[in-house]
Amino acid sequence: MIRIDSVTKRYPDGTVAVDRLSLDIPDRAITVLVGPSGCGKTTTLRMINRMVEPSEGSILLDGRDIRQQPVNTLRRSMGYVIQNAGLFQHRTILDNIATVPRLLGWTKQRARARAAELMERVGLDSALAKRYPYQLSGGQQQRVGVARALAADPPVLLMDEPFSAVDPVVRKGLQDELLRIQDELGKTIVFVTHDIDEAIKLGTKVAVLRTGGRLAQFAPPAELLSAPADPFVEDFLGADRGIRRLSFFPSTGLELQTGPVVPIDADAGKLAARAATAPYLLVTDLDGRPLGWSEPDRLTAGAIDRERLLDHGRPFVPGTDSLRTALDGAVLSPTGWAVAVDGEGRAVGVVSQQVIGEAIRAAHGEVAEHADAKAGR
Amino acid sequence: MSGFFDLPSDLQHSYAGLIGLHLREALLPVLAGLLVSLPIAQLCVRFRWIYPPVLGITTVLYAIPSLAFFVVLIDYFGQSETTVMIPLALYSLVVLVPAIVDGVRSVPPETLAAAQAMGFGAVRRYFQVQLPIAVPAIIAGLRVATVSSISLVSVGMLIGNQGALGNMLYDAQTYHRPALAVNSVLTIAVLGILADAALVLVRLLLTPWMPRKGATR
Ligand SMILES: Nc1ncnc2c1ncn2[C@@H]1O[C@H](COP(=O)(O)OP(=O)(O)OP(=O)(O)O)[C@@H](O)[C@H]1O
Ligand SMILES: [Mg+2]
Repeated sequence: MIRIDSVTKRYPDGTVAVDRLSLDIPDRAITVLVGPSGCGKTTTLRMINRMVEPSEGSILLDGRDIRQQPVNTLRRSMGYVIQNAGLFQHRTILDNIATVPRLLGWTKQRARARAAELMERVGLDSALAKRYPYQLSGGQQQRVGVARALAADPPVLLMDEPFSAVDPVVRKGLQDELLRIQDELGKTIVFVTHDIDEAIKLGTKVAVLRTGGRLAQFAPPAELLSAPADPFVEDFLGADRGIRRLSFFPSTGLELQTGPVVPIDADAGKLAARAATAPYLLVTDLDGRPLGWSEPDRLTAGAIDRERLLDHGRPFVPGTDSLRTALDGAVLSPTGWAVAVDGEGRAVGVVSQQVIGEAIRAAHGEVAEHADAKAGR
Repeated sequence: MSGFFDLPSDLQHSYAGLIGLHLREALLPVLAGLLVSLPIAQLCVRFRWIYPPVLGITTVLYAIPSLAFFVVLIDYFGQSETTVMIPLALYSLVVLVPAIVDGVRSVPPETLAAAQAMGFGAVRRYFQVQLPIAVPAIIAGLRVATVSSISLVSVGMLIGNQGALGNMLYDAQTYHRPALAVNSVLTIAVLGILADAALVLVRLLLTPWMPRKGATR
């Protein structure tokens, strides 16, 4: 565990970048530092590998003060990833990734073999190995940055806004990739961002810092959303924190209706019987995949025109997706009903906005009870 | 009538011999200048405040006429090649020091931060990161220094026979053979162009990592 113990950083010009910060950073989890520009995130991160020395306080790694080992030994045991990757423009991709192993005295051959292995792990085509950084896209460079940080298999990974310079689509890909790699490797990651959405998506725990380098709140993302410590955190989370919070509620408990789901080859009798169950029917193809919505009286048995069905919006997978995805599906659907599908995309039922709303209220209730119980009320 | 490449015997060299001498007198000072500039430039990068005075000194050195240097240096080194080469080496500093400083400073801050974070010591960082990335700027400086040094060697003729190809200018007057002057000037120009081309080639070989014009991804 990394323990930051009432650390203050005062730069020579008098700027207090970090003010009596204490954080216990858990092992094998992603801890995100988030906050507005200039709140001391980079400074905090750089104090962990001693690129910046604290003015007061101390930082312990597994109980030992980080100043007890030679500074370059410490740094080589911590991967570091920065915005724009900071790649060595004069070295090939393979040699960039092999940097720290080479510093640790590995043979060139072994370091390169390891680098090749990492390229695969972070999803880089091996054909890129002999290229130079300028020949790569921003997203690819960022992957190289991650691979380079992982090369010597350090237990700790420090990441300073690693994905902020790439477009949103690439960023989402990189975030998913990081979560996947983290599932496999279980590193202790400290991740800096100013993007609260990124913090909530990636963080096991999120530290919100305020300007002046003081800690505003340190909590798991769900708790941050449900119980912001003060108006600053609430404001930082943004106006739609209620909706975002739904990401943390499973859609498992939603009561699905199967009545309104009819196959495209349904006969007149079936259509009539199902029409009674809901104002709209969801027509599926012969495999059970949703095609679209229709009012029952517009459907003629045996002659259902796919083109005239209303779009069914984005379906959700109960159990896998959150209440947020379910609600999104319902809001986007012209009928106000969300479509639930199984892993193969076959419709397993539909659910109305009203039912989702009840589930949300129930979920909030449970959380509140839980919180009350914890508080001993 | 003597041929274009027949040189008067007082030059004490064949045409090819003069070219060799000229290149030596021109290139050794640039090499010496480079070796001196590297640590000076590094100090200027490390301690920013010494850069302006260092620049001032190199400019003043450049402004001193070579004749003035010769007057002083002849007392120590006589009418020798060394006396010609020392001022040339000093002149090269005025281009090389700023070229290296700019080159080293052009290393992006995030590259330096990455090197530091990965556990590079200061020496390793200089030789493995800063210097290689400064190579294009350093070679740009070397090109200017080399070409100007090649043309400046000729002033060596002022202290008797130490101007290599430049000595031919003197003889052109003495023996009323203008062809010798033409030969001298043309040869010096060609040497300058060839040396410049060689440096461009060296840069291309040393920096496969630079984006090439018209290169495709
Ligand atoms: N070397 C330095 N000397 C003086 N002040 C500094 C130095 N580095 C940072 N600061 C100041 O310390 C404060 C915190 O800087 P820091 O870089 O840690 O912020 P940050 O949270 O990473 O911001 P951003 O999101 O913009 O990257 C800022 O006010 C900054 O101006
Ligand atoms: Mg920062």
